[in-house]
Amino acid sequence: MTSHAVPAGAHADAGHEEFDEHAWTSLGLDHMKLAFWTFLGSDCFFFGSLIGTYMSYRGQSLVGPYPRDVFSVEVTSISTFVLLMSSLTMALAVLFAKTNRRSGTIGMLLATAALGASFVGFQMFEFSHFYHEGLTLQGNLFGSSFYVLTGFHGTHVAIGVLWLLIQTLFYGKRWIRGDEGNAVEVAGLYWHFVDIVWIVIFTFVYLMEYVE
Amino acid sequence: MSTAATHVATHAHVEHEEETGLWSWITTVDHKRIGKLYLISSLLFFALGGLEALMIRMQLFRPENNFISAQFYNEMFTMHATTMVFLAIMPLSAAFFNFLIPLQIGARDVAFPRMNALSFWLFLFGGLFINSSFLFHAAPDGGWFGYANLTGSKYSPGHSIDFWMLGLAILGNSSMMAGFNFITTILNLRAPGMTLFRMPIFTWMSFVVQFLVVMSFPMITVGLILLIFDRNYGTNFYFPPNGGDPLLWQHLFWLFGHPEVYILILPAMGIVSEVLPVFARKPLFGAPFVIFSGIMIGFVGFGVWSHHMFTVGLGPVADSAFATTTMLIAVPTAVKIFNWIFTMWGGKISFKTPNLFAITFVFLFTIGGLSGVMHASPPIDLQQQDSYFIVAHFHYVLVGGALMGLFSGIYFYWPKMFGRMLNERLGQISWALFFIGINVTFFPMHFLGAMGMIRRSWQYPAGAGLDMYNQMATVGAFFIFFAVLVSFINFARGLMGHGELAGDDPWDAATLEWSIPSPPPHYNFAKLPTVHSDRPFWDEKHEGGPAVSQAKIAGPGPHHVAMPPSSYWPILVAVFQGLVFVAFIPGSGSGAFNYDAFLKQVMIQGPIALGMLFCILAWVREDDTPR
Ligand SMILES: [Cu+2]
Repeated sequence: MTSHAVPAGAHADAGHEEFDEHAWTSLGLDHMKLAFWTFLGSDCFFFGSLIGTYMSYRGQSLVGPYPRDVFSVEVTSISTFVLLMSSLTMALAVLFAKTNRRSGTIGMLLATAALGASFVGFQMFEFSHFYHEGLTLQGNLFGSSFYVLTGFHGTHVAIGVLWLLIQTLFYGKRWIRGDEGNAVEVAGLYWHFVDIVWIVIFTFVYLMEYVE
Repeated sequence: MSTAATHVATHAHVEHEEETGLWSWITTVDHKRIGKLYLISSLLFFALGGLEALMIRMQLFRPENNFISAQFYNEMFTMHATTMVFLAIMPLSAAFFNFLIPLQIGARDVAFPRMNALSFWLFLFGGLFINSSFLFHAAPDGGWFGYANLTGSKYSPGHSIDFWMLGLAILGNSSMMAGFNFITTILNLRAPGMTLFRMPIFTWMSFVVQFLVVMSFPMITVGLILLIFDRNYGTNFYFPPNGGDPLLWQHLFWLFGHPEVYILILPAMGIVSEVLPVFARKPLFGAPFVIFSGIMIGFVGFGVWSHHMFTVGLGPVADSAFATTTMLIAVPTAVKIFNWIFTMWGGKISFKTPNLFAITFVFLFTIGGLSGVMHASPPIDLQQQDSYFIVAHFHYVLVGGALMGLFSGIYFYWPKMFGRMLNERLGQISWALFFIGINVTFFPMHFLGAMGMIRRSWQYPAGAGLDMYNQMATVGAFFIFFAVLVSFINFARGLMGHGELAGDDPWDAATLEWSIPSPPPHYNFAKLPTVHSDRPFWDEKHEGGPAVSQAKIAGPGPHHVAMPPSSYWPILVAVFQGLVFVAFIPGSGSGAFNYDAFLKQVMIQGPIALGMLFCILAWVREDDTPR
């Protein structure tokens, strides 16, 4: 899965038209970007199913603790803010990469990774806090569906952090094949997607508890 | 570098000798070779699934029979279905996706050749992994749709369900990656002038299938993840005493399972839509209708899943809604059947083996469709649920339909794949045995179901009037066995080099894949054609249209076209990824969280995951520039 766009054998010229073999695709879109959009569409169904599971088990727990017993919406709001800010730095990283401002790109990639890592840190803190409040993976349906849903989201963020760090290395060493801006943009697509999924989870899992 | 590609027509470099030998197949990234690997391995799994079916039929030959034990019987029907769905029909379709799609759209390979190889190796390892359960006396025995909470650790201790759920997770990964790859390929690598609506119908139906795959597999993945948590870590997603709901599994499974039905049938529909026009010497009747029907089937296919759950009591509103959508989806399906019939109508039909299989598809699929639309009505479905009537229905659709379509495809495209014709007489004998066998096996099952015989019963009582139909079905199964045997002999002869040379275009067909040599060279098209219609090669040959064939536009070879080099990273990534899943097994099945077991699992999985990461990074660093 390299990030460059050259298809197998590239495309020879057809008739009178001359193609830029490296860039030419039927849609004019980079392969990697297009494939990644389909992956994100697919991942929507993944998180959709997990969120659906959480929602269908909402209020079905036979024993506590219940969401309001453990949630601290203030702390989670802060971690949500941190993740939202990471989307800003990610967008800047893409901008800098596209305009070939290298040190800016590296700085913003590292900032995004740092913000993402602190989101994961918040989540670990939250999990251990909830655990000490008595919310376990096995104890009730709320615990099971909550930990599995937010745990898989956290895993997505952690993979994203790893990706960003590796990409920073590759970018710095000029190891990326093909268009560097595209490569950073694809990582950005992933990052924004994970961010948006968190907004949905935050709304359905946390905020919903406080509207009724 | 690929600049060489621009000059192919003028510079006749000496072609690379195509490599041979085992290593070249292990490291291949050529879509045609990967297609052949899919073809051979899925046919072998198909044979295995067929033998499992024979065990079932021999057990049911007599009432109160004890040919095999009840436990072994459970393993047989579970593995028969799992094998046929995930290891035979799907990968047989994938063989055609791989081999045909780039040829049909005028491309030199898929968008991500190495990821394509990864998909294949994951499929192969996943299939071997599930079947390795036999060696550990832990073959899956929970039915192919693995209903909760039968699959929970309380009712399925031991590792049989673990093999099944982890194997399916691996196979799902393989299919989803192939889905991303083919969607990108079809959208992005079409030859100049190959607009979406000039694409051949097989490519179109495959395109729809890829969307079904990437949208439906995540849902069963979540279902499987929850099952893994229940079995390994003591959660209660599907365990009612602690508040869980087994219906959650049914919803997640059938949200995947119904689109899966179309994942199985649409590629066969695509093949038949290619074969019938060629042998009727007519264009496909109303091709846009076939395309839009396929798209509509894809969409509505996501809104019918609960017709598998009428008996669980979802209430009249839900039942009515799903009855309506289910009846609705019969419409585009029927539209296609009429299109195929009108394609043949008034044509100069030649009854070569591929066409015999294709016509059989239309005939038997229609019967299966008619019995299927009956289940759309909840009150009727309540009578038929879990009876042999259902077994009759889906075997008409999947054997009479999907399998006949795929066999039509094998006989039709074999000359393109291997350069030689299959034996026509053996093909016709195989077809006749299939036709008799399918009807003798599965038609009596309608009666068995109506008489109340329950699906998956290990024995049936004597004197219940079930003997004769069961005996017929068993005899019919042996006809199918010999049909497969004859075709396999035919394929084996073909692989050993028997058969007359096919030439580029043995059937006088219309689409691009027939305008290049058989078997196609490594690079497919020395010079990419520019396409001006939906039947470009036909137009060149018969209508005085612009030239698209390589003989005319590129001249005689050999040519040099830069192609991506082979790579061993895909198979290594597949090994590591498979092992990550396998490593769930030791700690699984207890149904309770055990800290030490969990720690051990992580200690095993951690290094494996690191190994996988290393391989992925090496993959990214590898220079895959076409050369
Ligand atoms: Cu269905």
